[in-house]
Amino acid sequence: MRGFGDSRRPQGAWPPHPGPLPGGEREGPLTLTLSPGGRGTWVAALPLPLLTACSGPQSMLDPAGTQAGHIGTMWWILFATCAAVYGIVMLWLLWALARRHRWVEPRGVLPVEEGRDRGLTFWLSVWVGGTVVILCGLVTASYAVDKSLTHLANREELAVEVEGMQWWWRIRYPDDDPSRSIATANEIHLPAGAPVRLKLKAQDVIHSLWIPNLHGKMDLIPGRENELFLVAEREGTYRGQCAEFCGLQHAHMALTVVVESPEDFNAWKEAQLAPAPEPASDEQKRGKAVFLSSACSMCHGIRGTTASASVAPDLTHLASRPTIAAGTLPYNRGNLAAWIADPQRIKPGNHMPLVGVPPPDLQALVAYLDSLK
Amino acid sequence: MSPKDSHPSDELRDGPGLNEDETCRRLERTWGTAPGLWGWLTTVDHKLIGRRYIVTGFVFFLLGGILALLMRLQLAQPEGTLVGPDRYNQIFSMHGTTMMFLFAVPIMEAMAVYLVPLMVGTRNIAFPRLNAFSYWVYLAGGIMLYVAFLLNTGPEAGWFSYVPLSGPEYSPGKRTDFWAQMITFTEVAALAVAVEVIVTVLKMRAPGMSLNRVPLFVWSMLVTSFMVVFAMPSIMLASSFLIMDRLIGTHFFNPAEGGDPLLWQHLFWFFGHPEVYIIFLPALGMVSSIVAAMARRPVFGHLPMVLALIATAFLGFGLWVHHMFATGLPRLGVSYFTAASMMIAIPSGIQIFCWIATLWDGQPQWRTPLLFVVGFVVIFVLGGLTGVMLASVPFDQQVHDTYFVVAHFHYVLIGGAVFPLFGAFYFWFPKITGRMLSERLGRWNFGLFFVGFNVAFFPMHLLGMVGMPRRVYTYPAELGWAGMNLTATIGALMIAAGVALFIVNVLVSLRGGRIAGPNPWGAGTLEWATSSPPPSYNFAHIPVVEGLEPLWDSRGRLPVVHGLRVEEREVLLTTVVDAHPDLREPSPRPTIWPLLSALAITVLFIGSIFTPSAVVWGSIPLAVGLIGWFWPKRSRTPTEPVVES
Repeated sequence: MRGFGDSRRPQGAWPPHPGPLPGGEREGPLTLTLSPGGRGTWVAALPLPLLTACSGPQSMLDPAGTQAGHIGTMWWILFATCAAVYGIVMLWLLWALARRHRWVEPRGVLPVEEGRDRGLTFWLSVWVGGTVVILCGLVTASYAVDKSLTHLANREELAVEVEGMQWWWRIRYPDDDPSRSIATANEIHLPAGAPVRLKLKAQDVIHSLWIPNLHGKMDLIPGRENELFLVAEREGTYRGQCAEFCGLQHAHMALTVVVESPEDFNAWKEAQLAPAPEPASDEQKRGKAVFLSSACSMCHGIRGTTASASVAPDLTHLASRPTIAAGTLPYNRGNLAAWIADPQRIKPGNHMPLVGVPPPDLQALVAYLDSLK
Repeated sequence: MSPKDSHPSDELRDGPGLNEDETCRRLERTWGTAPGLWGWLTTVDHKLIGRRYIVTGFVFFLLGGILALLMRLQLAQPEGTLVGPDRYNQIFSMHGTTMMFLFAVPIMEAMAVYLVPLMVGTRNIAFPRLNAFSYWVYLAGGIMLYVAFLLNTGPEAGWFSYVPLSGPEYSPGKRTDFWAQMITFTEVAALAVAVEVIVTVLKMRAPGMSLNRVPLFVWSMLVTSFMVVFAMPSIMLASSFLIMDRLIGTHFFNPAEGGDPLLWQHLFWFFGHPEVYIIFLPALGMVSSIVAAMARRPVFGHLPMVLALIATAFLGFGLWVHHMFATGLPRLGVSYFTAASMMIAIPSGIQIFCWIATLWDGQPQWRTPLLFVVGFVVIFVLGGLTGVMLASVPFDQQVHDTYFVVAHFHYVLIGGAVFPLFGAFYFWFPKITGRMLSERLGRWNFGLFFVGFNVAFFPMHLLGMVGMPRRVYTYPAELGWAGMNLTATIGALMIAAGVALFIVNVLVSLRGGRIAGPNPWGAGTLEWATSSPPPSYNFAHIPVVEGLEPLWDSRGRLPVVHGLRVEEREVLLTTVVDAHPDLREPSPRPTIWPLLSALAITVLFIGSIFTPSAVVWGSIPLAVGLIGWFWPKRSRTPTEPVVES
């Protein structure tokens, strides 16, 4: 997939075969084992192509976090129950139709036999009773899973602010020491195993943050602050996407979530804290001048330079990100040049205007931006 | 039971004093619609209005279907370039808006407008002029929306129009204003029909049709109409707030000024969820009618069925928050809605049980209407079960706003409403036109629709779970969604072929279909007691009902009452519970005023999109129209009680 091709981790972001399904087999602080074994059997019964289709960087069926694992368990409970009920109804429907159907014109009316209707009334009561019992079971299971999602919520180790914008994600790692807080865009790095609180807000319209491999979605609503608590477990690179219709480029509002070891996470964080590197070559220097003198710096900020606008994504470490334009293109110099040359062709309607940088300046500008590792 | 003869002898009544031919001739002269355009524009006959309501609703179904095909073609492959994002957003907004507001609700009400007066055994619907007005207003709203769409001013914020995206700042121009006014048009039309149906069912039933003998379709329309009356004010309020925010700078939904975007969602879904049942309950009534006729026995469990309808209606108002599980409302609060949403499976389960039990105990005849009912059960039960899944907050948080939900509600709405509706078309087409639809084409129609539907929508369940959100105009190839999307598109084309076959079937059968006769299915309810198509006065004599399926109970000799005037339009009113004859009531004659009033209100509604002052000057022609409509008339037929024998 775009932007995910070069996983920096040999263990692979999403294995070709689905890992162990949520629940039983996994170690860790799982509080819930609602489905005693057995899950593997139905999984084995599913055709293989269906199974491989289920894994992926943006799939709720391939959980990589505690919460997604619990919800995955809930899904299999719901699936098993509903499949059984559906089977019963369909079998009965088949029997009812096959019992004494006619291919002929309607003739006469069957008298209603009271005795048989009394029998059916008995079975109706059984049916309703069964429905009530099943629903009570499902409601209870749902409550239990819902409660388990916020288990450990008071042991938060990391807070990340996510702000939805038309059509990109502003990400901040706040710190009590303002000089140690990080601003980035369209990527979230998380240490594996750490309880994390994502603080969600929006300025313009309603968005919804959805990283299916880690958790269900939560809306970002102007005038409100929501939060999503999650624990990412399996290292890898996942994809999230806006799930609430937010206008023209709702389809191109994705973000990358990198779950990595605490050491890697700290290294990333330190790298992000550094201001932008000074341009090394003449071309990069010229590119920086182009950036600061053109319309670019009206919206984008680069720490360590005089560009401090924050309307659009912070570009201080642009070249370290896997994608451009909120998951629209994988990051590389060619795509970056194409994007700056005409953002409206690639992502029609987005808020980045056509700046009109002449080709030689564009080369220099891309050279400079590409140095912002 | 005939009223005491205390009137001048020149006032002719139906009854032994008049021979049958003479009665029918005079009734036709009294109730008939004048030929030509003037008659067409002024008619208040519920059958003519119902028929054009049905045809108009079906045309909107086709338009919405074409929009759906465009979306499926765009999504058939990743990075599709058939339409751009702006056009795509208008298309999906128009698709949802059309299907919900211009097709599903109106066509269900249209079926009621046609069938309910026949099924309760009366000569016309209550408030027939309001009925004509309702149709014209609905037509005007639909035309306005499509003209706006063709002028590139179609709604762009979805059929749900969430603020702030639909607010003044993020949806400039007039697009959302046209959407919001279309709501006003269709809600006025829907409320009018709801009132007519409630009054017709409660006051105009044939003598003897006590509430426990009311056919299930009529019950479902009665319950639906009450739901309309309680649900529509919420969306009227919401869309009025939205228009005011957009046009005169109020701040109901503006968080910067103390408004709240979530207020819109509460108001919208307080209407929006009952809306689903407003579409679905009439379909249940249709299924009951078809099942009884096809299985050759009355539906098992009439009382549980009625109670299930009423329970569904009540529960339907307590579920709206399950559309908002991802908005961060307090967990304890949303938990209540989990339980309430799952509970709706109990009445639905009762109804499914009763239909299958009826088929099991009866002698099902494999005719096309039954095929659509079987398709309904197979599809709808699956959709209902995914609905139970969605009631679980954690699971919903994953699949909310994904293609899983798209699959779910198409299973519920197409399976639960459109399949029964097509079954109803096959079932009642002979009554409406006098000719049978072709069974052979009907089987192909069903087969293509059923297979196509499942090919189109089943893969969407999985698509949603592997990450595809709704309302995206394209998707990257790398995510592996292409195969399932292409499959869905192929299924959509099969559905289109099935619907095209239906249209062919209608056109062919209108000319050459087998003549139906009054009761081609051997069914038991009153609409089959009169000729096909029914005469303008519906019944020469008002029937008397002695059981649940009057035609089956009476074994061919349906008792009737006499005593309604034949030279004047007159209907019989009966008591609410027991349907004892109560009053004779004059019924309005044809008039142009409903059409003129509808035109006046159209000018007001559309004018108010452009200037608030239209509400002031637009009220003048409307007042003229209403004064003409309600100008006092000296009735030559004073109401008087029927004296019981």
